[in-house]
Amino acid sequence: MNTITAILVAFLGWQSQPSAETIMKKVDENMTSKNQVAESKMIIKGKRGSRTITSKSWSVGDKKAMTEYLSPAREAGTKMLKLENELYIYNPSTDRTIMLSGHMLRQSVMGSDLSYEDMMEDRKLMDIYNAKVVGEETIGDRKVYVIEMEAKVEDVAYAKRKAWIDVERFVPLKEELFAKSGQLLKKTTMSDVENIDGRWFPKTVLYKDMLKDGEGTTFSLTTVKFDQDIPEYIFTKAALKK
Amino acid sequence: MLRFRLAIKNLLSAGTRTWLSASILALACLIMVMYMGVLQGWNTQAKTDAINWQFGQGEIRSPKYDPYDPFTIDDGHAVIPAGAEGEAVPILVRQASIYPQGRLQNITLQGLPKHQNLLSIPTGKFTTEKEGVIPVVIGKRMAKTANLKVGDMTTLRWRDKGGTFDAAQVLVADIFRTNVPEADMGILWLDIDKLYEMTGLRGEASYLVLSNAGYHKNVPSWNYISKETLLEPLEAMVAAESIGAYVIFFILTGLAALAIFDTQVLSIFRRQKEIGTFIALGMTRKQVVRMFTIEGTSLSFFGVILAAIVGIPFGVWLKSTGVSLGKPTEAMNINMAQTIYPVFGTSLILGTVIIIVGISALVSYLPARKIAHMEPTLALKGKIQ
Repeated sequence: MNTITAILVAFLGWQSQPSAETIMKKVDENMTSKNQVAESKMIIKGKRGSRTITSKSWSVGDKKAMTEYLSPAREAGTKMLKLENELYIYNPSTDRTIMLSGHMLRQSVMGSDLSYEDMMEDRKLMDIYNAKVVGEETIGDRKVYVIEMEAKVEDVAYAKRKAWIDVERFVPLKEELFAKSGQLLKKTTMSDVENIDGRWFPKTVLYKDMLKDGEGTTFSLTTVKFDQDIPEYIFTKAALKK
Repeated sequence: MLRFRLAIKNLLSAGTRTWLSASILALACLIMVMYMGVLQGWNTQAKTDAINWQFGQGEIRSPKYDPYDPFTIDDGHAVIPAGAEGEAVPILVRQASIYPQGRLQNITLQGLPKHQNLLSIPTGKFTTEKEGVIPVVIGKRMAKTANLKVGDMTTLRWRDKGGTFDAAQVLVADIFRTNVPEADMGILWLDIDKLYEMTGLRGEASYLVLSNAGYHKNVPSWNYISKETLLEPLEAMVAAESIGAYVIFFILTGLAALAIFDTQVLSIFRRQKEIGTFIALGMTRKQVVRMFTIEGTSLSFFGVILAAIVGIPFGVWLKSTGVSLGKPTEAMNINMAQTIYPVFGTSLILGTVIIIVGISALVSYLPARKIAHMEPTLALKGKIQ
């Protein structure tokens, strides 16, 4: 009798836990919007102190994005345009636009823990990874699903990912990115989760390149608006010089 | 012979004036030969080093690979053509990052066979007893920028052929010294078989360094770059440096030429009676012009002899000890040894002597032409014409 009860409890438990696909779909619904306009603050902590860079960005899905740096004065006016798999940088002091490719994409963005190539991945996670829920944990006071993802296609940046997803809000609270060898390469920690226009959204993300020294880079959204009317010319190379 | 003897006698009797002009000519000659000798020595050293460390007998590059365009590195590789073994050394180029002391540094991974002996890269040092660690060799400049020593380990991050990140520890198995910055700066050299394992690009190469230049004819689809073409930038660099030597040489030679010209004008003016006497004794005007020209030109012979007296022992000494340029040459990132051994070629020495003698002859002849228009009777009286 005890065995039957145990099997039943385990079966009901398994039934109550959504599949990784369902969880990731819900995360996508929560995190992605038709478009997004945001103002943000990037705090880069290095050995010699920290720097704060503010910027405004416009994005449509994962394919198109434009970022304009607002401060400090040295970076103000620098713009970055992502169009599918192309990335352009405009520098106002030289009045030149350059396309980043190859090794240049491996450079860090403004000295942060983010590299340009981190910004280029725009495919849905479920299209490129096989995911499975490996357990439940608690981060702070939030219960989370732990999801492990293994690449199912060859042309993917990280062979393995591990994500911690809020059970109620379906927002990632932590993510770890691994190399093929299993070495942990990057870690992101999300916080300040707020309900914005009916969706839960983390307003602060701490990026940490695990191979580099330092405390990482904090990326905080100061304002964010979803589903706005963004003129199409914003995502053109001509807009970089305006 | 008489004219020559007379010319020498006249020159010697002029004393300090002669030796000053000859000294400037000697200085011009010496500076030209020494400067060009050092440049020639640099050219020879740079070419030898470039061949030994980088170019071999030429290169064939896979169709999409261009070493001067980093955008091509990702796709710039192809299957090594058949029959390449023994004729060429394959090199596979990939981009990667290292993290020495926790700092991100972008580098280029270059894989080549462990048992090659065409290039001077110490490929025999691609060994380690540590499990799971990749042995690499790096140049001195790379070691300095990354602050790495032999035996140090650092994390290497790269992408495989599909673009997936991978990471492992690399061990600095050896640090080599080369005068060729292109074989050193930002490069981690490792066994090509290991790089195949890391990237999944087995049997592929970005370019082949040829040991037999003729092999390129078997692979028309790969881009052949001859050794001469590869060495052209070096030649151009040395040629650009030579301009400075020519400028100094022509300034000094010009000063000496001016002195000879002035001396000739003064001689002809002061020695009108002598000229008239020569003509009265039966010499033609042409013969007298020739005598004065020989006299002026002889100054250059004096200059060359002076240059030889000082230059030969100095040149022999310089050839054996070399010209030390000190450590800054490494920081300049050009193919230049710390010590350059000058090369004094026959053409260089003969060419310099011919230029000096030629210019001296010209500036001696120009004022001497005046003699042809002299009236011998007036000249005998020493009347100014």
